[in-house]
Amino acid sequence: MQLYRSHVLVCGGTGCHSSGSDDVIRVFNEELEKHNLQDEVKVVRTGCFGLCEVGPIVIVYPEGAFYSRIKAEDVPEIVSEHLLKGRIVKRLLYHDAVHEDETAKSLDEMEFYKKQRRIALRHCGVIDPENIDEYIAFEGYKALGKVLTEMKPEEVIDTIKASGLRGRGGAGFPTGLKWEFTAKAEGDKKYVCCNADEGDPGAFMDRSILEGDPHSVLEAMTIAGYAVGADQGYIYVRAEYPIAVRRLSIAIEQAKEYGLLGENIFGTDFSFDIGIRLGAGAFVCGEETALMASIEGHRGEPRPRPPFPAQKGVFGKPTLLNNVETYANITKIILDGPEKFREIGTEKSKGTKVFALGGNINNTGLVEIPMGTTLREIVYEIGGGIPGGKKFKAAQTGGPSGGCIPAEHLDTPIDYDSLIEIGSMMGSGGLIVMDEDNCMVDIARFFLEFTVEESCGKCSPCRIGTKRMLEILNKITSGKGEEGDIEKLETLAKTISSSALCGLGQTAPNPVLSTLRYFRDEYEAHIRDKKCPAGVCQALLKYVIVEEKCKGCGLCAKSCPVNAISGERKSPFKIDEEVCIKCGACMSKCPFRAIEKK
Amino acid sequence: MSVSFIEKNKEKFEALKKVIDEKKSDKGPLMPILQQAQEIFGYLPIEVQNFIAEELDIPITDVYGVATFYSQFSLKPKGKYRIGVCLGTACYVKGAQQVLDELSKVLDIDVGSTTEDGTFTLEATRCLGACGLAPVIMINDDVYGRLEPDDIPEIIAKYK
Repeated sequence: MQLYRSHVLVCGGTGCHSSGSDDVIRVFNEELEKHNLQDEVKVVRTGCFGLCEVGPIVIVYPEGAFYSRIKAEDVPEIVSEHLLKGRIVKRLLYHDAVHEDETAKSLDEMEFYKKQRRIALRHCGVIDPENIDEYIAFEGYKALGKVLTEMKPEEVIDTIKASGLRGRGGAGFPTGLKWEFTAKAEGDKKYVCCNADEGDPGAFMDRSILEGDPHSVLEAMTIAGYAVGADQGYIYVRAEYPIAVRRLSIAIEQAKEYGLLGENIFGTDFSFDIGIRLGAGAFVCGEETALMASIEGHRGEPRPRPPFPAQKGVFGKPTLLNNVETYANITKIILDGPEKFREIGTEKSKGTKVFALGGNINNTGLVEIPMGTTLREIVYEIGGGIPGGKKFKAAQTGGPSGGCIPAEHLDTPIDYDSLIEIGSMMGSGGLIVMDEDNCMVDIARFFLEFTVEESCGKCSPCRIGTKRMLEILNKITSGKGEEGDIEKLETLAKTISSSALCGLGQTAPNPVLSTLRYFRDEYEAHIRDKKCPAGVCQALLKYVIVEEKCKGCGLCAKSCPVNAISGERKSPFKIDEEVCIKCGACMSKCPFRAIEKK
Repeated sequence: MSVSFIEKNKEKFEALKKVIDEKKSDKGPLMPILQQAQEIFGYLPIEVQNFIAEELDIPITDVYGVATFYSQFSLKPKGKYRIGVCLGTACYVKGAQQVLDELSKVLDIDVGSTTEDGTFTLEATRCLGACGLAPVIMINDDVYGRLEPDDIPEIIAKYK
């Protein structure tokens, strides 16, 4: 094996890839060759480092220099200064990556990483996901070896049960129990499936794991196959994730080549194969029975449970279905033992959880925290607070099935049960931060619009009920709300949650219920005062020219597409409310900021 | 079935036939076949659905049912450039709706439709998972992030 004196890790996750990390890698290789350093320095395209906000990210080891927002044109300087002369290029370092004495901080010392604990993401940003040897060098396939040669299937299941691991895809069902049910079910054929249909808008941890560490999922599925007695696995991936699909395919091929997947793994009589199935853009396919229908090649419609997948799943056979992040924890539990895993987290929620931090927050990206971390720590310490010094209003978790957590609950330790208590849920891990400029009624409307479009239409509470709720919300946000609308929303919500067929339908009213619980006054302001306190709902806005600030230049009148603004030059202009279409063109043109939205 | 469509696209149907023969014996082959068919034809006209139904020996209603259920299957041809505006939550709270409105204005088409010259199709998509760059749009495989409505005309001009 060739040894290198330096390694340049370049993030190849979707975020950094989109901001040009491929070009960065190309120029690195060109420049290294130019300086004849190609045998001394190795460039590695890794998975996601998590701090997507400042991508593309480049880390140079052994120094651990953390460069951020690197463009192709910055690369020659890094090569000639840092890699050739050993001088770190300080101007390109991430602002929180240097000590006061100007030495580079290690990742653990950076505010963003300090409170994180990476288990599911342990290899993301560390290894080249397209090279199985790098995975093996980090204890890859060691857990599978141990399981196949030293453990009975029951022992594997007991280990997972003892770890306290719960499903990371949403509902939080104990993983070990699921394995046990599937193992005990009778069937001549069984399947192990992986739910990688990450449909929660704003969640991208599963994608990052598949892109950054695909082998950990394959290895865990194979272990699961051994534990429950299955010889075939399917990974159901969203078609929106082309990079993840490509890396998974490469990983499957490499694992087969090494005899770690396929016939007689590790020379034992255990055989296991994994196939990829692509989704085609249907949110409901994240629901387990719908997902299985889709694997079979049908419309992805849910069916009533029982029978549960453990009894009757894919092609009518007992099926184990876990989500990507759940699988990503498995090998670590097998290798370190369940006790070690149990040490992390709260009483009923063990281990860590990955959150996709997004919305109005400084450090958007992927964070993995021990269960029990508070929302305040996530938003203000790891997340670096809210841009522009704006006020925190709410954090949305659980996507279209979840709810909004207001400022009063910022200190709640986050785990499965505490989130449900405050009217939200863990969900798959999207965490969207909203500030004072976001309207909570509009957010509820946004989620309902999503649900209505994605409702599969099989059961009427979801198909018709959510549509009626959306109509009421549209009415309220367009200034036509009436007394009694809130009560109607509540009645509909109750009916839908108690009667819809699948989990997604039953939880569809949650965004409305949780915003009503904490932000009822905003709903009332829309309905009674015809005002949108956050200034979002166009129909309720009024554009006004502040007389004291207006210099009478007339730019606003010129920019108005409907000639709603008039006035004499050098004296304050006026907006005719009747004519105004509230497009906001005048406001963006005014050089004196004399136009306000009210 | 329109005969001329099949004659005009003889090579494409041959390619499709190859795909079907390859996957026919797999379990649950319909979705992967439809995905490949859409790659080959660009969309799924009724003639293609009919062909698949006959080759797999299943009712056309099954094929049509699946083709219309999933949003990524299209029964109509798409423009040369497909513009997808991410309407995931992270993008939405950062102003994706305004970006979408601007695109609709600049291209003079509604969401979900194609310009008359067949150059652009404008779509609202689900989360693309590039939340760190919100708001994000994709034009075919190119991703543009951290957008403001004002950036749109310049981006579109590149493709004209």
